[in-house]
Amino acid sequence: MSEEPLLEVTDLKKYFPVNAGVLGRHVADVKAVDGVSFSVGKGETLGLVGESGSGKTTIGRLVLKLLPATSGKIAFEGRDISDISARQTRELRRRMQIIFQDPYGSLNPRMTIGEIVSEPLAIHGIAKGRARQERTVELLRMVGLQSSHLNRYPNEFSGGQRQRVGIARALAVEPQFIVCDEPVSALDVSIQAQVLNLLEDLRERLGLTYLFISHDLSVVRHISTRVAVLYLGKIFEIADRSALYEHPLHPYTQALLAAIPVPDPAMQGTQQRVLLSGDVPTAIAPPSGCRFHPRCPFAFDRCSVEEPAMRDAGGGHMVACHAVENGTIR
Amino acid sequence: MALLEVRNLRTTFKTEDGVVTAVNGLSFSLDAGQTLGIVGESGSGKSVTSLSIMRLIDRPGRIEAGEIFFDGRDLLKLGDEEMRRVRGHRIAMIFQDPMTSLNPVLTIGEQIAEVVRLHLGRNHREARETAIEMLRKVRIPSPEKRVDDYPHQFSGGMRQRAMIAMALSCNPQLLIADEPTTALDVTIQAQVLELMNELQRETGAAIILITHDLGVVAETCKDVLVMYGGNMVEYGSAKQIFAEPRMPYTQGLLASLPRLDAPANARLRPIPGQPPNLHRMPPGCAFAPRCAYRLDRCDQPVPVTDLGDGHSARCWRCTETLVPAGAAQ
Repeated sequence: MSEEPLLEVTDLKKYFPVNAGVLGRHVADVKAVDGVSFSVGKGETLGLVGESGSGKTTIGRLVLKLLPATSGKIAFEGRDISDISARQTRELRRRMQIIFQDPYGSLNPRMTIGEIVSEPLAIHGIAKGRARQERTVELLRMVGLQSSHLNRYPNEFSGGQRQRVGIARALAVEPQFIVCDEPVSALDVSIQAQVLNLLEDLRERLGLTYLFISHDLSVVRHISTRVAVLYLGKIFEIADRSALYEHPLHPYTQALLAAIPVPDPAMQGTQQRVLLSGDVPTAIAPPSGCRFHPRCPFAFDRCSVEEPAMRDAGGGHMVACHAVENGTIR
Repeated sequence: MALLEVRNLRTTFKTEDGVVTAVNGLSFSLDAGQTLGIVGESGSGKSVTSLSIMRLIDRPGRIEAGEIFFDGRDLLKLGDEEMRRVRGHRIAMIFQDPMTSLNPVLTIGEQIAEVVRLHLGRNHREARETAIEMLRKVRIPSPEKRVDDYPHQFSGGMRQRAMIAMALSCNPQLLIADEPTTALDVTIQAQVLELMNELQRETGAAIILITHDLGVVAETCKDVLVMYGGNMVEYGSAKQIFAEPRMPYTQGLLASLPRLDAPANARLRPIPGQPPNLHRMPPGCAFAPRCAYRLDRCDQPVPVTDLGDGHSARCWRCTETLVPAGAAQ
């Protein structure tokens, strides 16, 4: 990781109010993101993994200012962007963009591919007339599409091709930073690999930085330089890819990795599986202390009382766990 | 004799742009107690195959040709009433989305009890007891209380377990599970797969597991059928399919997976091109337009080649050693 992080998030929180009754009284909060800190260095890909309800998508939206944060600080290129105006936010979007999960819902069906990809150029006044046209074609080529696709509509394309259109649109403003929110989960396996390779090529060629959000640990391992594991709105562990996958410390990370089915029948029975019992609790009333303690095989008294802080377990491998801290897990 | 034998199944759907053939001449058989994984990407025909076996294809869909022998009888020749006695009783099905396949206004217990009353002729009290027993079997905590819960009071994993309880309540000979864990988180998926494996050992039911997830297949199935463009392209034991795939599509599918056991920096080798458009299917091998090894005769219908040991593939070149490097884009 380079010295100056491109993005730095400190103690970020997002609570969604729950209203009930005829008067719509505020009765509780869904603590979707509950005090999350991380940074992304220039040129790196930070993978954000977690199960449903862990807050990974919300974090992506908060960072892009698509959602207002409840509290916390977001700094981009060293500048605090937590409280910037709408106009400044628009300017910011020339530098940070997003690729969405659903290649069907995220493209306007009434716009041609050319209109979709060139719209950001018009909004930000980047190019006009012929220059805009040329730039649009260049963008399509960059993602493996052709100029003959310009006047066609999204419904004529397959999922993988649509996702390429979404990538071209994100690249139009020449951003430095892209939030990739489950960009391949809706795609078939054979197409998923095409899009992952494309994202990697583009990162290298254009010097991009990604925040890569996914529930798929195999995909995240493939594309990320560092990985953060989320659970119920908290980060449990952040480490370099190899450290996290080869030497996971947090019991949740260990269980998550063990739960992935390996596509090799010869491996059957060789891997030790830590089966987690129970379900992910609700984010309205997360468990006391460490929010993983009701499902944790290593939990002891302290875990239900005191929330563990993030600590460096060596070499920048950050983990929030009492059992790791007192040496039960090494 | 095989428990299930599907012969030349052909299922079509009428659409605005003409008739689409979702399953095109599929044949396979399944023995009692066997676990078969049917793998394929979207549009490969895997779900339509399972719905055809259950005879749940409704207009504009139609089973145009073929035979489906189950326990010696052709299901396609049964009357509606007879089929109803097979469905849910001898052959049960679990769907991908437990929320939409459970009735939201009936309690979990009522839904399981209904199946038991209908097929096994139990009275209300007995049926309720069976429901509680089944919920206990799928490890729903305090089943005597949860039996009166409505589906929305269950979490996703619990709902899928309730579906399994319902499906197994009449001791079916065949269980068809269509993407049973796709909507679940991986830690919950692991619980459900473990449970299915255990119940399979206990009841001896044959299972057809339909999925796009090769990892799930490797963990649960002894045999694997790979589908592409509406038909079988390769069949074999899980070992054969994963260790020595013979059909270029199967090879490509395995090579394109990011795997936890591969070097982290290894570049993925995707299959070039797009999945086939069902409206414009190639006349011969459906995979030919994306295949690095295609020959001229691949544009004609391709027969299945028996490779021995129960392994077979629908490919002219499945006996050759193909160099995967050529497949990389």
